[in-house]
Amino acid sequence: MTVQTYHAPRTREEAVALLAADPAARVLSGGTDLIVQMRAGRAAPSSIVDIKNISAMQAVLGNDGRYTIGAAMPCTGLLRDEGLCKAWPGVVEAANLIGSVQVRNRATMGGNLCNASPAADSVPALIAAGATVLVVGPAGMREVPVEDIPVSPGKTSLAAGEFVAEIRLPVRPPRSADAYLRSIPRTEMDIAVVGAGVSLTLDEAGTCTAARVALGAVAPTAIVVPEAGAALVGTKLDDAALDAMAAAVRAACRPIDDKRGTAEYRTAMAGVLAKRTALIAAARARGEA
Amino acid sequence: MNAPEPKGKFRVVGTRPVRPDGIDKVTGKAIYGPDFVTAGMIQGAILRSPHAHARIRSIDTSKAEALPGVKAVVTSADFPGQSAKIIAAGETSSSLQNIAATCMANGKVLYIGHAVAAVAATTKAIAEAALKLIVVDYEVLPHVIEVEEALAEGAPILHEGMITKGLDPAPDRPSNASMVFTLAGGDVDAALAASAVTVSGHYRTAPVHQGYIEPHACVASWNADGQGQLWISSQGHFDLRNQTASVLHMPSSDLRTYPLEIGGGFGGKTGIYLEPVAMLLSRKAGRPVRLTMSREDVFNASGPAPGIVADITIGASEDGTLTALKLEFWNQAGAFPGSTIHSGVMTALGAYRLPAYFARGWDVVSNFAGTKAYRAPGAPQVAFVVESCLDDIARKLGIDALDLRLKNAARPGDPGPTRVPHGAIGYVECLEAAKAHPHWSAPLGPNQGRGVAGAFWGNYGGQSTAAVALAADGSVQVTTGSPDIGGSRASMAIMAAETLGVPYESVRVTIADTGSIGYSMVTGGSRVTFATGKAVIGAAQKVIATLVERAASLFGVEPGQVEWRDGAAHCLDGERAGESLSISAIAGKAGQFSGPIVAELAVNPLDYLPAFAVHICDTEVDPETGNVSIIRYTTVQDVGTAIHPDYVEGQMQGGAVQGIGWALNEAYVFDGNGRMENPGFLDYRMPVASDLPMIDTVMVEVPNPAHPYGVKGVGEAPIVPPLAAVANAVARATGLPMRQLPLSPDRVWAAIQAAK
Amino acid sequence: MSKIAVSTTVNGDPAEFLCDAGESLLDALRGSLGLTGSKEGCGSGDCGACTVMLNGQMVCSCLVLAVEAEGKSIATIEGVAEGSVLHPVQRQFLEHGALQCGFCTPGFIVAAKALLEVNPDPDETEIRYWLAGNLCRCTGYDKIVRAVSAAAAELRQERSAA
Ligand SMILES: Cc1cc2nc3c(=O)[nH]c(=O)nc-3n(C[C@H](O)[C@H](O)[C@H](O)COP(=O)(O)OP(=O)(O)OC[C@H]3O[C@@H](n4cnc5c(N)ncnc54)[C@H](O)[C@@H]3O)c2cc1C
Ligand code: FES
Ligand code: FES
Repeated sequence: MTVQTYHAPRTREEAVALLAADPAARVLSGGTDLIVQMRAGRAAPSSIVDIKNISAMQAVLGNDGRYTIGAAMPCTGLLRDEGLCKAWPGVVEAANLIGSVQVRNRATMGGNLCNASPAADSVPALIAAGATVLVVGPAGMREVPVEDIPVSPGKTSLAAGEFVAEIRLPVRPPRSADAYLRSIPRTEMDIAVVGAGVSLTLDEAGTCTAARVALGAVAPTAIVVPEAGAALVGTKLDDAALDAMAAAVRAACRPIDDKRGTAEYRTAMAGVLAKRTALIAAARARGEA
Repeated sequence: MNAPEPKGKFRVVGTRPVRPDGIDKVTGKAIYGPDFVTAGMIQGAILRSPHAHARIRSIDTSKAEALPGVKAVVTSADFPGQSAKIIAAGETSSSLQNIAATCMANGKVLYIGHAVAAVAATTKAIAEAALKLIVVDYEVLPHVIEVEEALAEGAPILHEGMITKGLDPAPDRPSNASMVFTLAGGDVDAALAASAVTVSGHYRTAPVHQGYIEPHACVASWNADGQGQLWISSQGHFDLRNQTASVLHMPSSDLRTYPLEIGGGFGGKTGIYLEPVAMLLSRKAGRPVRLTMSREDVFNASGPAPGIVADITIGASEDGTLTALKLEFWNQAGAFPGSTIHSGVMTALGAYRLPAYFARGWDVVSNFAGTKAYRAPGAPQVAFVVESCLDDIARKLGIDALDLRLKNAARPGDPGPTRVPHGAIGYVECLEAAKAHPHWSAPLGPNQGRGVAGAFWGNYGGQSTAAVALAADGSVQVTTGSPDIGGSRASMAIMAAETLGVPYESVRVTIADTGSIGYSMVTGGSRVTFATGKAVIGAAQKVIATLVERAASLFGVEPGQVEWRDGAAHCLDGERAGESLSISAIAGKAGQFSGPIVAELAVNPLDYLPAFAVHICDTEVDPETGNVSIIRYTTVQDVGTAIHPDYVEGQMQGGAVQGIGWALNEAYVFDGNGRMENPGFLDYRMPVASDLPMIDTVMVEVPNPAHPYGVKGVGEAPIVPPLAAVANAVARATGLPMRQLPLSPDRVWAAIQAAK
Repeated sequence: MSKIAVSTTVNGDPAEFLCDAGESLLDALRGSLGLTGSKEGCGSGDCGACTVMLNGQMVCSCLVLAVEAEGKSIATIEGVAEGSVLHPVQRQFLEHGALQCGFCTPGFIVAAKALLEVNPDPDETEIRYWLAGNLCRCTGYDKIVRAVSAAAAELRQERSAA
């Protein structure tokens, strides 16, 4: 490894300054992608900026139904916030499908997002949730929808010196819930062949009033499929609505054939998983699960 | 003395004591290959080929040599010239040329990851930096991976001038087929034509890896006087020493080789990769050198197990009696000839009565790492083909899958694979135990299927040396040359304690270096408890003879009047009849006799017997996703006698789970450049704990009459049936044939879609 | 490249070492500190053989930078037994024959001990999922699961007796 320096800044400003000063610097959060890449020679940062020591970077804050999650909060840490687990079970379960317990004790949603893998598990769940991130950088702060961060495999829209400081989840209307499922050959320790996140709201009669459907591993980045969400709105998630949603999902897929699965399989699984995920989210919204 | 004693008579055999090396292994004290450090040691690193097939035009190492901290650089030019002589290479054999070329490419690289140069430097970082300074000029050649490509007209030839052996007449043109092995009997085509039913199938499996968790590692030290030392974790430090010394043209006794604890091998640590390179680096550097593989290196450049392509037809009469079997298979051997086609052919022929048969295996080379033994090498792939086809017969005839096998199972006295009659085999006993097991009759839920498969592994004897020495206090030191990979120290101690009549705890077992005991073959072929066990028991018996002699002299009687029983000499006659002398009382008087009590015995037993196994597997298939879950699994095996039942069960469970991985998700995946796309444990998907149920074990004990305690060898048979057991279960759950492994979700899903 | 000095606590004792900025904690433990009980099976987080506790959380030490250990507390396999008294997890591994080659064993023992600290009565499924980050190629996991269950029972008994 060619890394020369390791920095552990205590403030966001310090981190921004360090990142801005070295164009070949990399942010270190849990390191479960970065260290693997460094070892394999796929990343060769000249310096590392460890953001875990910045205050609130490893915290979950609930405020009037909104949640702010520090970008360096390990995935298992999310499980310790009961309110968050209740409000966003899909986001928490997605983050806690990553790797193993050992990996999740380090891995973060911030890293999952900024690694910009199309198969990142927490990202479709965050997109479905309508999450945003707070980006800080030399030019100040900006709030960006999660889906705007990854632009292609391994690439983000972050400018030089910028990093993600917070993940923000909006207020939940009543009878809302989310869910995330992925398709993997094993039961654990696997990268998603397809992932599907669904977040929805029902009215008192059980009719869907809002829905967002997002997919992972079927395109160069995780994607939101508005047509799929629209297919659920106004329905009671009957078979016809679910079929229409699945059809919209499949139509949005632009996957590749690779070692983890064929394009055809991925497209078909996207439909299957989106349906199953929607049903879990709906059951949760009805308070059944 | 050779007759097995009745079970109840054993004092120690069949008990489950804690293994003698246990505490070191649960506290992190045990020293494995990558843990060993010696004074003055420096670090090596290997430059590996980025091309699947290329001619090396030149290698320029001058810049690397000039880097401060670099102590030595080695290429194939530093290796002595090699002959085509064939020598033992673990469980198989290979030419010296190919053994050397496995360690360092000579003129041509044959796979991505093939070693082309090596550096030793004061730190690993410097060694790695130096690798980047080595300039290799390659002429890239077209490559082949699949056997069909390798055998196609005009395919690039890996080994120029290689003519297929075993064909009559011999082909006049070189090809990538190195060898053919055929066993045939009766008129198979006529027998098939006359059969009431026949079933045929085309099968395929991918190369897989043994997947031991400890990567290869060694430390070498080679002095100016030609003497060297090697510290390795291997399945056989004697064989690795012999291979290394042969390649380096040095006398074997000049290379003292020390065994370190080994973190799994399964056949993959029976050959050399790093050792001669580390030796050459050490000689140049004048320092001990460590070389290690990364996980990626292990996948790319050690020895996986071959994939297979096969065509089979089996015929049977209306009542399910088999009439004929015709099998032809092509092993995807990797870069070097010598994959295990012989045992593949044997696997097809040894388990059932077959009036007519033809089984032919082809050894076909292609551009990935040369394959190596993997637990019952060559057998699981062929058993998958045969046992899947048998299941088709059972279904076609509407016969219970176990009944079909019972009807045709080989019994003692029936011809074995090479027509030598089977000895005291226990296949029928296993099939009956499987039938009687509650698993076989348990109800199944929707989308579930139950598969069964039987199979055997021939086991092995082989050469072993053991010594038994008594200390003056009567405690016992057993020394062998057989590395302990799964608890064999405990088994040796049990057998020695049983024979000597002493407590298990008073026996300690050492695995000695090549300078401290005579030769022992690799730990492989399921041979150690059998063959090394025989050496230990025999040496213990010699020790007893000495004890009895000395006791007789102390009692003042003839040795015939002294009985050895319960760890003491009992005087049967004369004035002191009824008196006894304990082992310590006799051993303590060594100074009055011709010296300490010690016996060494070298053996090469041929009276080993095969192990048969039957596995039952329940799977549930998600019809929408193709995901397969293993929901219940039972292994039944004829284990001869279980010396330490925990470690016998452990072998059965571990082998079954490796087989489940092979069946479900493990495979080398290559891209268009011949690069393995999944050289890591995240994408080379071995089973994790949450993928599995408990693995039930039924130990059937049909003792081997030729072993004092009835041992048969248990390590390999358990990986033979699972491929077919799983595939048959998935086939029954889906109602579709499953003839290509692995049964990954996308493949199962595609089969379900195609049938719609 | 100048080395970084790190002061940390390993198995309760102060420890200091020098490392490169990109060096893994596993390399520092095995190299500078000579604690070779933690194993490297992959170096990429996939096998769990390098599992250690970092400030009470189990992690793959191959995916932690050595410099991150500054001021933290680390527990490795070498610290699991108290002196020569084995931890129940270690003892049950031996009693159940839950190791064959033993290379995966240190990682499993550290992970299993961590499980029993947060879940004193795990069922089979919980044990299997918790240990899914630890690969064992020899045992098929059956005896490992049994050993962990037995250790849990032993610890529960110890606790209720105390
Ligand atoms: C064994 C194993 C299994 C895995 N399994 C899964 C899985 O199942 N699903 C899955 O999705 N992933 C998986 N991963 C990948 C990885 O664990 C996740 O992507 C994880 O969420 C990354 O988080 P991290 O904090 O460790 O990221 P890091 O490695 O610290 O960072 C990842 C990348 O993002 C950058 N970065 C990190 N934080 C920020 C920030 N706040 N602002 C800007 N840039 C930042 C880093 O510079 C780096 O480029 C696995 C990894 C391993 C080793
Ligand atoms: S070595 Fe760290 S997980 Fe394998
Ligand atoms: S005991 Fe060998 S890997 Fe687990």
